[in-house]
Amino acid sequence: MSDPLVTEADLQAYVDGKLPDERRAAVTAWLAAHPEDAERIESYRQLAEELRTSYEGVLAEPVPERLERMLRAGRARRAALVAGWVAVGVVLGAIAGWQLRGTPATTGPAADAAAAMAHRAVVAHATYSPEVRHPVEVGADQEAHLVAWLSKRLGTQLRAPKLEGVGYSLVGGRLLPGEKGPVAHFMYQCNRGTRVTLYVRSDMAPNRSTAFRYAREGTVGVFYWVDSKVGYAVSSADISKEDLLNVANAAYQQLNPP
Amino acid sequence: MNEATRLVELIPRLRRYARALVGDRATADDLVQDTLERAWAKLHLYRRGTDLRAWLFTVMHNVHVNRVRASRVTDTLEDEMPELAQRASQGDALLVRDLDRAIGRLPAEQRAVLLLVTLEEMSYEEVARTLGIPIGTVMSRLSRARDKLRAMMLGQPTTAKLKLVK
Repeated sequence: MSDPLVTEADLQAYVDGKLPDERRAAVTAWLAAHPEDAERIESYRQLAEELRTSYEGVLAEPVPERLERMLRAGRARRAALVAGWVAVGVVLGAIAGWQLRGTPATTGPAADAAAAMAHRAVVAHATYSPEVRHPVEVGADQEAHLVAWLSKRLGTQLRAPKLEGVGYSLVGGRLLPGEKGPVAHFMYQCNRGTRVTLYVRSDMAPNRSTAFRYAREGTVGVFYWVDSKVGYAVSSADISKEDLLNVANAAYQQLNPP
Repeated sequence: MNEATRLVELIPRLRRYARALVGDRATADDLVQDTLERAWAKLHLYRRGTDLRAWLFTVMHNVHVNRVRASRVTDTLEDEMPELAQRASQGDALLVRDLDRAIGRLPAEQRAVLLLVTLEEMSYEEVARTLGIPIGTVMSRLSRARDKLRAMMLGQPTTAKLKLVK
């Protein structure tokens, strides 16, 4: 292909009907002068057509009920939510959707394991957050060391999310014994002294991600979720569910990009 | 219209893409279900006013990549060397006239580009955004996918004369 005016990208765009009008003449002329390319491009076009025809039927198939259930439950629930609380509404809707789903994700082993993790996170929060003198093992002044150390022990690269945007700064963290192995525990505090803890374990069953959920035990509220093998729980006492959601949401967005 | 309603409307398109991507119906619907669950859990990360379809296909792409990665623990050759695996069972006869099977034998990253362009009729920019790759990569993968597909359908080895792509 010696003519620099027509590129392979032009020819592909021609196949897809995406060629800008001003390129059309050059490409048409090229194809007229190069029968081999013309034949090749025509077969690409035919293959594209065959491909569309071949899979067109899927669009008309009835959608299996299991694929819609969660969304329909969520939609009914969310229609009732007050406008304005967009982020809150979405997450609460997600929770409602999951609670109403009634499939293994909320009642099966993945959900049980996640709920068990949330319970342990609540206990850890209740144990360490009232500590005045020894709330953490390693302070935020050694954050890099803390994160490297906990990452090494958990066998996965951890991050301590930045929560200054929602009013909380890192106090530090510690290593905890979990159900099956080590757990990382990060503590945050706002300027009024309220504490929030992030509990992270890396030994959940793989491919059992769960949605964002909320639980409450006594005075401690906890938002938790599982992403692949890593489980997270954000706990606090003494702040409202909405405020905790705000903090958990900030952590979630940093820890689990889409 | 809220996002849940729009997600429901997009399910048939997700299913079509998934079917072409992974082949069999049950696996494809599992992929769709995982995608919807992840999308639903991460819906607050979707920016309103942006293209929900592109966002949803990005989620599906990520879910698919994770699933393939997880399955490699038991089958390390799958996906990385589909041609070799197929060839071993079929001798040297590369005649695959069936379009579905030919698509299944494309390298995964080329297959994704070809399907988003052809089935979803996304613009090249949308494909680049959806898959998180540069547009030049979209064009070169598209070109290679079509070359391979055509060769398989004609029962010929792929042409070696790959052309420069802008």
